Amino acid sequence: MCLSIPARIVSIDGCMAEVSAGGAIFKAGLHMIENAEVGDYILLHAGFAIKKISEKEAEETLRLFEEINDSLNE
Amino acid sequence: MKYIDEYRNKDLIIKLTALINTSVRRDYTFMEVCGGHTAAIHRFGIPFLLPDSIKLISGPGCPVCVTGTDFIDKSIAYSKIKEVIICTFGDLLRVPGSTSSLEKEKTEGADIRIVFSGLEALEIARFNSEKKVIFLGIGFETTAPGTAVTIKLAKKDIIKNFFLLCAHKIMPPAMEAIIKEGVNIDGFICPGHVASITGSAIFDFIPRKYNLSCVVTGFEPADILQSILMLVRQVNHDVPKVEIQYSRAVTRNGNIIAQKNLSQIFEHCDEIWRGFGIIPGSGLKLRKEYEEFNIEKIIPLHIKSKVEDVLCICGDILRGLKTPEDCALFAKKCVPEDPTGACMVSNEGACNTWYKYRIDE
Ligand code: SF4
Repeated sequence: MCLSIPARIVSIDGCMAEVSAGGAIFKAGLHMIENAEVGDYILLHAGFAIKKISEKEAEETLRLFEEINDSLNE
Repeated sequence: MKYIDEYRNKDLIIKLTALINTSVRRDYTFMEVCGGHTAAIHRFGIPFLLPDSIKLISGPGCPVCVTGTDFIDKSIAYSKIKEVIICTFGDLLRVPGSTSSLEKEKTEGADIRIVFSGLEALEIARFNSEKKVIFLGIGFETTAPGTAVTIKLAKKDIIKNFFLLCAHKIMPPAMEAIIKEGVNIDGFICPGHVASITGSAIFDFIPRKYNLSCVVTGFEPADILQSILMLVRQVNHDVPKVEIQYSRAVTRNGNIIAQKNLSQIFEHCDEIWRGFGIIPGSGLKLRKEYEEFNIEKIIPLHIKSKVEDVLCICGDILRGLKTPEDCALFAKKCVPEDPTGACMVSNEGACNTWYKYRIDE
């Protein structure tokens, strides 16, 4: 139950959204996040979106991984 | 799926592992606090990728596992009251109480329903106004804000038949209790989803007061390996601090809206943790203004719980002192289908994950 999973917002109706994760659709309360938009990635936990996933930071971590790859390839 | 596949990339994992191997200088023991991490670490076989000099031990971060027998007993007692509907996360069903479990009561006719969120329980209350609907609130800083939002909605919409039986807990006091026990660790793999709410700053006291390293970590294999590398480097340089590996979800200050909801509805209280007993200031209880939702105020119950099976060492496992293999019942009398202790029930419990992923070793 403690797990949160990344999910993508597919539709928004007031404070509730439908989000998709691993091919399934879940309901998610948007009460705790601001400026949610369709297409955003969020962390879904026990029926609520608890955080928007920062695309910028995700890309940055992946870039760091790339560097690890490069440095070991040299 | 985006934000999962990239972090499971096999080449990357091999390379991170190689980098860890060339970075080790001594023996290291790190504790993963979150049950989600315990599950991920074993599911992805992380221990087999690491050099022998790095030991990972599990901590008290599986909410089902640390829920005391008395809470289960109380839930069962409420479920026996006519006109009561119990709403719970599914994982709690099979946790053994003193003499029964919620699952057993359910098969014997108690109205116990599995929900995915407090909001769902609130809906059930709206549609069953003649019944008392009790939501079993368990979980840490990640789950508790959802309960807080639900209580606020119940107040706003004047839903008078919705109640909470609360065992929500917060993480830092338990981590401090572990350190004070003298468990020998060099650092924490800090719970990423708790920190997405609280911010990484709540762990600042750990390096400051206890000189231990902390890395707030995501849940994919590359996340976990990168964090271990960061921890090894911190220890090598002897500069314990709080670093964020899981930056796509965690900031220093966390989710302010969720924190506001938490502090509006809850205040800190002493709380019982399985294996630890009472940890001061580690629980959340409803504030006075919301007491009308506290089922223990509305229908007080006095329960005498039996002591847990003396052979079950869940408590020592949750405190990082032992591993499931040290338990005489592990994989013999105690199996996921018929668990003796709470750590065998939840997918995030150490005994359950060891059973699933390490039994054929
Ligand atoms: S294997 Fe079962 S009995 Fe042993 S510690 Fe784990 S949960 Fe308790």
